[in-house]
Amino acid sequence: MRRNALAIGLVAAMSLSLTACGGSSENADSGNSGSGDGKQVVDVVTWWSAGSEKEGLDALVKVFNEQFPKVEFVNKAIAGGGGSQAKQKLATDLAAKNPPDTYQAHAGAELQEAIDAGYLEDVSSLYDEFKLRDAFPKTLLDRLTVDGKIYSIPTNIHRSNVVWANTEVLKAAGLDPAKPAADLDGWIADMEKVKAAGKTPITVGMAWTQLNLFENILLADLGAEGYSGLFDGKTDWGGDGVKKAIEHYGKILDLADKSLANEDWEPAMKPVIEGQAAYNVMGDWALAAFNAANKKSPEDYVYFPTPGTAGTFNFLADSFTLPVGAPHPDNAKDWLQTCSSKEGQVAFNTIKGSIPARSDLSADDLAKFSEYQQSAMKDFAKDTIVSSIAHGAALPAPVSNSINDALGKFIQGASDGAQLQADLVKATASK
Amino acid sequence: MNETAKKNVFPWGTLVRYILLLASLTLVLIPVYVLFVTSFKTSADADPSRTWMLPQLWDATNWGRAWDTLYPSLINSLSLVIPSSIISAMLGSMNGFVLSKWRFPGANIVFTLILFGMFLPYQAVMIPLMNLVTNAGIGFGIPTLIMMHVVFGIPITTLIFRNYYETIPGELIEAARVDGAGMLRTYFSVVLPISIPSFVVVLIWQFTSAWNDFLFALFFGGSKDPVVTVALNNLAHGSIMADYGASMAGALIASIPTLLVYIALGKYFVGGLMSGSVKG
Amino acid sequence: MAKKTKAVSSKSKISSWGPGLLLISPSIILVGVFVYGMIGANIITSMKDTHTAAQVSGRKPSDFVGFSNFGKLFADPDFQHSLINLLLFTVVFLVGTLLIGFLWAWLLDRPIKGEGIFRSIFMFPMAISFVASGVVWRWLLNPAKGETASGLNRLFQQVGLGFLQNSWTQNITFGVVAIALPAIWQLSGYVMALFLAGFRGIPDELREAARVDGATEWQLYKQIIFPQLAPIALSAVIIIGHMSLKSFDLIMSITDQRTYSTKVPAIDMFNAMTDNDYSNAAAIGTILLVIVAIFVVPYLIHDSKESAKR
Repeated sequence: MRRNALAIGLVAAMSLSLTACGGSSENADSGNSGSGDGKQVVDVVTWWSAGSEKEGLDALVKVFNEQFPKVEFVNKAIAGGGGSQAKQKLATDLAAKNPPDTYQAHAGAELQEAIDAGYLEDVSSLYDEFKLRDAFPKTLLDRLTVDGKIYSIPTNIHRSNVVWANTEVLKAAGLDPAKPAADLDGWIADMEKVKAAGKTPITVGMAWTQLNLFENILLADLGAEGYSGLFDGKTDWGGDGVKKAIEHYGKILDLADKSLANEDWEPAMKPVIEGQAAYNVMGDWALAAFNAANKKSPEDYVYFPTPGTAGTFNFLADSFTLPVGAPHPDNAKDWLQTCSSKEGQVAFNTIKGSIPARSDLSADDLAKFSEYQQSAMKDFAKDTIVSSIAHGAALPAPVSNSINDALGKFIQGASDGAQLQADLVKATASK
Repeated sequence: MNETAKKNVFPWGTLVRYILLLASLTLVLIPVYVLFVTSFKTSADADPSRTWMLPQLWDATNWGRAWDTLYPSLINSLSLVIPSSIISAMLGSMNGFVLSKWRFPGANIVFTLILFGMFLPYQAVMIPLMNLVTNAGIGFGIPTLIMMHVVFGIPITTLIFRNYYETIPGELIEAARVDGAGMLRTYFSVVLPISIPSFVVVLIWQFTSAWNDFLFALFFGGSKDPVVTVALNNLAHGSIMADYGASMAGALIASIPTLLVYIALGKYFVGGLMSGSVKG
Repeated sequence: MAKKTKAVSSKSKISSWGPGLLLISPSIILVGVFVYGMIGANIITSMKDTHTAAQVSGRKPSDFVGFSNFGKLFADPDFQHSLINLLLFTVVFLVGTLLIGFLWAWLLDRPIKGEGIFRSIFMFPMAISFVASGVVWRWLLNPAKGETASGLNRLFQQVGLGFLQNSWTQNITFGVVAIALPAIWQLSGYVMALFLAGFRGIPDELREAARVDGATEWQLYKQIIFPQLAPIALSAVIIIGHMSLKSFDLIMSITDQRTYSTKVPAIDMFNAMTDNDYSNAAAIGTILLVIVAIFVVPYLIHDSKESAKR
């Protein structure tokens, strides 16, 4: 019997050790970062895992390695869906108080949930330490500030209201690529002509790309002020302006190829690059896809602000955060410093195709940027700036997720315009 | 079988059966053909009009890319699957033994209560599990996943072992008891040695289900050491360009371990399914 | 249960069965905590108003709201759509696997050359993860038609069955049925194995006796074989049915969590959880649990009574 008791004890110990070895995982994590071999690490979560995004990140890491040779950059990229996979993993990691050292997030309202929950450190002091308050344009700083505090450091700025069009397809339909339509109705008429010429007028991909299209139609119909009012309650989601936008959106979707509705933006852009479709509305990172396909503007493709939104810059920015309880906060601060530095921003943005968040670059630095980027920088300086919904600048993540769901329902024909508007009202009222 | 009838009449029945079986075979193998063929195609070869054709040029770069992406996660998955299947097989064996041969009052109720865990929709415990992991400071990663697979593997492993031990004649246990053997000695000297077939079954079962698990891996896997299903899903949905070639090669790579296990031990696998689900 | 063991356990007392209980107590505790404890905690969460990250992290308080989360969910047309999708998916998945599984088992029951090969090939898809099979089925179920068609739509074109082309997962009513195709592909072999075991478990004498009695083939099936297979069919229904309720991996890998036509409660639960809406996520989990319990608990009770009889 004594032997039995011993063995039973062993079993109990085994089951205990299970929980125990679970417990040790975190310690192991922080253990390997320690000074064992004098090597410090910083765990960085991004969704830049492929193409120009990945190359841009690599360039940024190179600068980081020069500036902070003692700290090893550990890439925790989580690929997929315009960051949707990364955001899901982050949501659980943050809720479980198991954050990385720093993670990529869209600057703006998207961070609101994490801020409310106390997951993020206030990094305002780093703005002073790195002397960023004058380096970043005020319009950008305003959008980053929540109750007087700033919770992330932007690396780059993108524009979401850009139409990409195939020159050949437009010409074949009897349209002048150099003269885009001035408003949505004119644009829809152009699409009809493309359709008559036997090509796909417009393509759209998965939910967030639908929102990218829809928000720019909202912007065109409501104007910059009306559009911005959607986020502070001055414009009614249930009102006539939104109703009109939904009508336009419905007409445009009727002309769209919907078979790509599960695909990311790049497969949805492909028919435009390859001459099967005329238009796609996408952020200016699409430029990289045209470059990768060796296409030239204006011979092969043209780009212009979404009709009805000229003079407005629908803005989004990528930024990095400092989570509460980050295993290596000092290293994370080093990373944030590189991200915000001139060298880092130039290295990253020249490759990624975005414009730097800093507005104090020298003429030499500016010369390194492409023609498109230089024009985008000028636009950012002079245009009216509004915030993108699809890319987290305008609304908290759960709200834009609900809007995504409503649009996903609409594109499949499960709701009509009135129902979509009701769903939008519900989505924006709930949180 | 009716030998004479077989010799004299043309076996129409058998012919029809073959036709139906071969048709089924073709349908079942279509996805395999696609996986295989597409994984060797270059992107230039990926035109829709050529989707069902063989590659113009057999190219292994997709495989290389998929391998580079998945290799670390294959190791992670192995380090998850091996301990979790061994531990849960041990637990299941002991439970099965006690619940069939060393019963205590209420053993039937306990067994039924354990068995319900087999049908538990994990969605119904995910939120509190998340809270538990958070509050206990356990953290995410392979050890946490091992724990989950062990715990939620208890019902099925217990069931398979119990059903197997039920078929052992009671006299065998009696004899050991009469000889004065205690419970553990009876278990280790009498029951365990004849449990090999069940162990094979349970190990295969747990290996496959832990290897193929996606839900737990998604919630409780660490972001730095994804298991193979998560890495594959990221590969398939991840790259902004739908990289079908690499995804398909990746799907094949991710399936190799379970397929190997299945091919090597398939016979027991079938046996296990039977003893696990078909009772009496 | 063997009578002898019973006799022994009644003869001796705790000293006899105590060690057994002790030996499996770790499992009992683990299952108690991780299954029943968690179910209880989940029900409590589902009755609170924890809908934001701030409440999840404990920065803001959560209140008890009773069944109101459930009421709102059932009144929400989008959630109703998920439930209908789940029902449709389950029915097609069940009928498909049972029919095909039975057919294959029936074809392989009598000796035939190459049986082993057929059986192995029919069964191998179940060794593959849903995520891996999702990779290829996502491609096969590509909704594009005509010039840009690929996958099955392209195959249909090429073999002159162009009229079969459809938008698969994108169809608002039947999109979820398209997801059932890969599920059937993966699990039919499993059901076949179950039925095959059932066929093989029927003693030859029983069949012979019926034949001698002059029973037709149909009578043989109706009176002998089907009744023998009924318990197996029930097991298959329970196992496939509960898999269907849990189905998540396949949908995530073929479409995504935002595709309306293919969403089911398990997807809604995941979405709610990533939006930090823990209470609704818990409520959806509880609903799934209740659905499973309605089917499984009577089965388990029945099963437990049966085994007590033996």
